Amino acid sequence: MDEIRDGIDQIDCDILIIGGGTAGPMAALKAKKKNPKANIILLDKANVKRSGAICMGMDGLNNSVIPGYATPEQYTKEITVANDGICDQAAVYRYAQECYGIIQELDSFGIRFQKDQNGEYDVKKVHHIGTYVLPMPNGDTVKKALYRQLRKARINIINRYMATRLLTGEGRVAGAICVNTRSAEFLVVRAKAVIMGLGAAGRLGLPTSGYLYGTYENASNSGEGYAMAYHAGAGLANLECYQINPLIKDYNGPACAYVAGPMGGYTANARGERFIECDYWSGQMMQEFFDELQGGKGPVYLKLNHLAEETVAEIERVLHIVERPTRGHFHRGRGTDYRKQMIEMHISEIGFCSGHSASGVFVDEHARTTIPGLYAAGDMANVPHNYMLGAFTHGAFAGEDAADYVAEMDFAAFDQADIEAERTRVLAPTKREDGIPPNQIEYKTRRLVNDYLQPPKVTAKMHLAQKRFAEVREDMENAMYVRDAHELMRALEASSILDCADMAAAASLYRTESRWGLYHNRVEYERDDENWFCHTILTKGDDGMPASRKQDVKPYVVDIAEDEKDAYAKQRVKPSVAAE
Amino acid sequence: MPLAQTATTVPVVVNDDLCIADKGCTVCVDVCPLDVLRIAETAEGSKTAYMKYDECWYCMPCEADCPTGAVTVNLPYLLK
Ligand SMILES: Cc1cc2nc3c(=O)[nH]c(=O)nc-3n(C[C@H](O)[C@H](O)[C@H](O)COP(=O)(O)OP(=O)(O)OC[C@H]3O[C@@H](n4cnc5c(N)ncnc54)[C@H](O)[C@@H]3O)c2cc1C
Ligand code: SF4
Ligand code: SF4
Repeated sequence: MDEIRDGIDQIDCDILIIGGGTAGPMAALKAKKKNPKANIILLDKANVKRSGAICMGMDGLNNSVIPGYATPEQYTKEITVANDGICDQAAVYRYAQECYGIIQELDSFGIRFQKDQNGEYDVKKVHHIGTYVLPMPNGDTVKKALYRQLRKARINIINRYMATRLLTGEGRVAGAICVNTRSAEFLVVRAKAVIMGLGAAGRLGLPTSGYLYGTYENASNSGEGYAMAYHAGAGLANLECYQINPLIKDYNGPACAYVAGPMGGYTANARGERFIECDYWSGQMMQEFFDELQGGKGPVYLKLNHLAEETVAEIERVLHIVERPTRGHFHRGRGTDYRKQMIEMHISEIGFCSGHSASGVFVDEHARTTIPGLYAAGDMANVPHNYMLGAFTHGAFAGEDAADYVAEMDFAAFDQADIEAERTRVLAPTKREDGIPPNQIEYKTRRLVNDYLQPPKVTAKMHLAQKRFAEVREDMENAMYVRDAHELMRALEASSILDCADMAAAASLYRTESRWGLYHNRVEYERDDENWFCHTILTKGDDGMPASRKQDVKPYVVDIAEDEKDAYAKQRVKPSVAAE
Repeated sequence: MPLAQTATTVPVVVNDDLCIADKGCTVCVDVCPLDVLRIAETAEGSKTAYMKYDECWYCMPCEADCPTGAVTVNLPYLLK
């Protein structure tokens, strides 16, 4: 295994789905159901059995809209406000209307959700305004249950192939070029439609531990989705709205105030005082977190040591077995007992992820990108605060729409020279006698991301970032060196990461205002609704460099009153409450 | 530009006595999302799984899915 082999194959399908994490499997199931004759391929860099953010399971649905607890209108309003108004509501509203059906479907797959004594879903309040968090007591079964459905529906699964570039022709998508991660052999997949569900750009900033894989996101999500969409000419929206999360220091996993909050846990400063009213992740919340640290009241902690023994035991049970089961090992190693000590948190490095913020490939309410036949869903598509249920639901929209699209389409012709060019690019690091290994290219890129792009954002620093990235690119293109197919996968990832770093700098420089709290805190500029109440769309310019433009926010479907607009700006606990 | 031989300690350990890679098992290698595990063959021809690349997300499918409980996931030293 891992020796570099020379080989290329070509296969055809109706719908190619890239990424078999969360959105991808649901897209496959829905497409097959709608168009049973369609030939569907689900392709993943890892193994679909255990790939993506939910590889071990999940603690709950962070954003379910369940009748009796919330209405689609309320949810749409909350997400619009949480995202500082920059939201094409149609996609959020459609999600809010249809996600309940998806929950019932997941339930029928054997993934159980918490119910109360009357058998009703037991939804918890975590967000600032509404009630949307639905715990999953057996959340560790989610991936297995999905996999069973994929087998039952006879979806063709191809594991351990990494997609590197999309093929386009006749103004639409034509397929994708993929590379085997264990042999470097090529697979060209011709497809009438392509659905991308490649997850977040999770390896953009460098964790403070210095460990390249010590990320919040599943570290196999290295931003290829963003890079591939960019090189194919698709539009990417609001990339300057970075993902920055409040995490357990060093462990870099969620502290899970969403689990602990409804049981009485909360985020506190070093004095054990509550300083934010709501633990739901937003740019404004992260700004308060940052201000608390700057004000000398840090570190910030998750506080559970005031809770009753049974409550702490229950929190431990959930947090130590499902989503990130090494969390228990971590705390044990550090001698942290939730009953006695608070859990130290910190501000994460930056990434792109609409699952938690809003940075992603631009899509509409059918999950269509700006390229006909190309869809995106989940963390890499720009529907804000989408989380796991958003990935499932928009994956479903993409699968259904693509099933109709391919019924009337034939393959688009593409230029064979594109394949040759990609082979040359991919294999270049295998042709050298020696050089710079991909881990050093990646480390340097990500260290520079931390130094110059991490908010608060400063114009001069971002210009320096662009200069340094260009130097790293020069090295990457002319001197990167790999010894086996596994290292080649890392080299291709390093290239996606560098593309994302360039996009992050360009997008952040373009929006000359501050918005989304810490996510786009440009210290030299105030919020400026007059000029910047709009999306920014980034595409690959004619000079091969990122180009940005403004795009209007579509008229709202659900109106928002003037006095509701800044609900998320009021996060700080008032002094009288803090003193309690 | 020759490459250095810098050592690094890996977080995932496999108990050779429990591992049944000899019988053809490759479960941990198959499921790892980062693809960092491999099967090693000794000079005598016996096989065990091991962590070949220090690129671990400490996520645990390898440990959870191993049929004999041979895998232990520790935290990478840099963040533990
Ligand atoms: C630690 C953690 C905890 C979370 N907790 C919650 C929670 O409690 N509740 C909640 O609602 N949400 C939670 N989320 C968010 C939620 O899990 C994600 O929003 C959702 O799973 C994203 O789905 P996705 O399909 O976009 O990406 P993923 O499920 O990550 O899938 C991406 C897939 O793409 C594959 N891939 C990547 N690159 C390539 C390539 N080049 N070629 C081929 N395949 C590729 C990957 O292997 C992977 O299988 C959490 C996320 C994390 C990381
Ligand atoms: S899964 Fe367990 S038994 Fe199988 S190869 Fe891996 S360590 Fe050995
Ligand atoms: S913990 Fe996760 S990344 Fe590390 S070896 Fe096991 S499966 Fe792979």
